[in-house]
Parts: sequence; structure tokens; C-alpha cells
Amino acid sequence: MSGERFKKLAICFIKHIGDTMKKHIAIILGLMILFTGCVGQKKEPTKMILASTTSTQDSGLLDYILPVFSEKYNVDVQVVAVGSGQAFEIGKKGDADVLLVHSPADELKFVDEGWGVNRKCVMYNDYVIVGPKEDPAGIAGMKDAVSAFQKMAEMKVTFISRGDNSGTQKKELSIWKKASIAPDKAWYLESGTGMGNTLTMTQEKKAYTITDRATLASMVDKLPDLAIMVEGDKILLNPYGVMAVNPEKFPTINGKDAMNFIEWIMSDEGQDLIASYKKGSQQLFIPLHGNCMT
Amino acid sequence: MNPIIEGLEKAFELIISLDPEVMSITFLSFQISGLSVLLGTLIGIPLGMFLSFRDFFGKRLVVTINSTFMGLPPVVVGLFVYLLLSRSGPFGPLQLLYTPSAMIIVQLIMAIPIVTGITLSSANGVEKSIKETAISLGASRIRLILVVLREARFGILTAVITSFGAAISEVGGIMIAGGDIRWHTRVLTTAVVLATRKGEYGMAIALGIILLFTAFLVNLFLNRLQQRGVSR
Repeated sequence: MSGERFKKLAICFIKHIGDTMKKHIAIILGLMILFTGCVGQKKEPTKMILASTTSTQDSGLLDYILPVFSEKYNVDVQVVAVGSGQAFEIGKKGDADVLLVHSPADELKFVDEGWGVNRKCVMYNDYVIVGPKEDPAGIAGMKDAVSAFQKMAEMKVTFISRGDNSGTQKKELSIWKKASIAPDKAWYLESGTGMGNTLTMTQEKKAYTITDRATLASMVDKLPDLAIMVEGDKILLNPYGVMAVNPEKFPTINGKDAMNFIEWIMSDEGQDLIASYKKGSQQLFIPLHGNCMT
Repeated sequence: MNPIIEGLEKAFELIISLDPEVMSITFLSFQISGLSVLLGTLIGIPLGMFLSFRDFFGKRLVVTINSTFMGLPPVVVGLFVYLLLSRSGPFGPLQLLYTPSAMIIVQLIMAIPIVTGITLSSANGVEKSIKETAISLGASRIRLILVVLREARFGILTAVITSFGAAISEVGGIMIAGGDIRWHTRVLTTAVVLATRKGEYGMAIALGIILLFTAFLVNLFLNRLQQRGVSR
């Protein structure tokens, strides 16, 4: 082999790469540009980030009401659905413009600390306690959620908690607290996931859990072994609040659309739209018209 | 109905009907993974070659760190990128959070160590005699590198395939940095998570099948490249 031969080899190699790769890379890049174009084209609506909870997204409510608002105000609403705990943190970092959450105590704290403004009570639904149809704890039909929790602890039946700092878990913990019970990990399991997964786990393990009615209704055909045990107690009400992230804290916040959104969702149009959302024949959320329950 | 059978039917239905949302989700998945692997390759190959050819103090440590990073947990990368890109983070003014760019950054961080590591080991695996012959024949450094690259091409394409596989199937990191926003940052894997959370198992399986099927097509293409490289 000579130096010449190497030169040829190298040139051939580069050419080879050049020929095949150039073609492929050109195709790939071309497709990428094309697709970016497809995704990005619209009449420049303004962008607003709504941090909300998994329950409003998973129940389909947001997909039902948001297009109406987007159309009217030419706003591109981008939903980030997380647990309420994370939603507040996202707000505190200025990464969302408006919050729609369900954890009244945290909402008030969020506003008091200056992170949120213009909080309004939007709507509510309620929680129910579900468990296996055989009901080993014998709580079916009880009217008082706190004593039902006490009975479950007494019977040591498996209880599945969200364990994700969500509004639902906050509610659950407040009931344990009211019942003066520190759950024992022998029968108290934390799933660490959303409501849907937690319900599935409850079904599989023949356990008990607390769930919002909306998610339960949307999944009821997948949960043949579960039944509602306790419902209608006042402590089980689940109010949702909307608030804007304080634009004074972060200059990049889209405060204008956030305020428009709050005004719209509290208007008769927004509230009626919420009331008209149904799964089957069941209404999932009841508008509050700004009357906070507490 | 059994969700797996339902999923198969649904996947077929979605592909036939070219459902616009599923199409955009699928394109975005491949756009993001493709771009991050492309960028990762452009950065990782020179890095791997550098590590293979140069000796310097602390090289072993760098290589060990790189090997560790080949197994970076995606969620941690996602959280890290989220904190950096957050409006109150150091790169907040760029406004990249909850955009496809943020997701590309997450996957790029994961792709670079994989490409670097596999390039390094394939370059090191090139027979010594080949390198020695080249040097004795008076090959310049650049030529030598080109020769080794050519000999190591099989392994390097393996690096591309591996990092693409990791990127396209990743979910935790892009969920945090991208936010799983409908029509914007929702990709196949995050859509599967959402469908599962909603209890729409058929839909979840269908999306999974589309993911596998399209990934199969990409791998078919990459493997053909690899095979052609071998026969040459």
C-alpha cells in the first residue's frame, strides 16, 4: 500500500459518506422542516399556559371548554396537567400564567404570599369513597366520611392513597387528621400516580380509595368490582379555584390573557358551558358563580 | 372487550384514517428524537474519537463519568432542564420551557454520552495492525482518524440506533420539560401515559403499536445503511 492508495481510500470514503448520507440527511432535514411548518402555522394567537390538575384534563372538561375561549380571544391555551402540588410550584417559578386547581387552603396561601391574584371560585364536584363490592370494612351507606375512615383503619382494610401531594390527597389527609388516625403502612399504600391509575390499582387490589366523582364516572366501565361506599358528606365537597399568577412577580407572565380567561370562565357563558359538560347523562362539575364554599 | 385486541383494531383504524392529532403526535415524536440523535451524533462522534486518540491526565475518570452518564435517569435530566429553562431559572429569558426545543435538549443530553461511549469503544476496538499500518505508511493524523472511523462505522451506527431507541421511547424527562401540551409538546409516549391515566387502554395500546411500527421503519432504514456499510 502506498500513500496514494490511502489518499484514494480516504477520498472514496468521504465520497461514499457524501453520496449516501447527503441524500438521507437532506431528506430527513427536509421532512423535519416540513413538519415544523405544519405544526407551527396559525394566525399568531397569543400563548397562555394553564397549569391545571389531572382531574380536569382526564375528565375531558378542558378539551370541552377551552376551544370556545381560544376562539373568542384568539389565545392558544397550553395545558400542563399535573398534581395540584406541582401546579403551585410551577406557578411560583413563573412557568404558568393561570392556575385551575382544587386545594382551597393552598390556594389561599398562594394568594396571601403574593404569588397569585384574582382568585375566583369556579366550580365544584365531590369526592366519594369507593371500595370492593363485598365491602369487608362494612362502610357502605355511611353518611359520615370521618367515621368511615375510622372504621377502615379499625378493620385494617387496604387503602390506596394518591401519595402525590395532589388536591385529592390533601383532602384525604385532612380526613385522616379529622379522624385522629395516623395511617399504618401495613394497610396504607401510596400509589404515587394520578387518579386513573390509582383507581385501577384499587380495583386490582380489592382496596378502598377516595376519588373525585368525575374521574370515577369516566372510568366506571373499567372498574367492575368497585362501588361507591360513602358519598354526600359535606367534607367530601371538592371546590376548584382559578387564579392568575401575579404578573408583578414575573415580567414574562401573560397577565392580560390570564385575566381575560378568569373573567370568561366566571361569566355566564363559561359557567353554563361547565354545567353542560356531561359524561353519559351525568353532569361532572357544578358551577359556583364565585360563591366560595368556605 | 380485551384492551389488547381493541388496541390492535384501534391502531389500524387510526393509521387508515390518518387521524390528524395522532399524525401530528407521531411526527413530533420523530422530529424531536431524530433531531436530538442527529445533533447528538454530530457532537458525540468527535468526542468519542477524541477520547480514543488523545491521552491526557484524568482521561480514565472522564471515560468512567461518560459511562455513568450513558445510564442517566431521564426524569432527572428532565427536572434539571426544567429548572434551567424555567422563567425564574438562568435560561428563563429564552422562553424555551414547554416547547419542543426543551424536549430536544433533554434527549440530546441523554444521546451524547451514548454516542460518545459507543464510538469510543468501537474506535478502540479497531485492530491495532490497521492503525500501525496506516502510521507506517505515513498517514497524517486526519487520515488515520478517517481510517479508524471507517473501520468503526458499524459500531457508530449501532450508537445511532441505540440512542434513537432510547430517545423515541423516553417519557419521564420530556413530560417534565415539555409539559405534554396537546398539539404542541405531546408525543407518542406521553400520549400513552395520558391515555392510560384516563383508563383508555385500547387507545394507549394503539399509540404504542404506532410507536413500535414507525420505530421499526426507522430501524429498517438504519439497518440497511449498516448492512451496506459492511458489504462495502
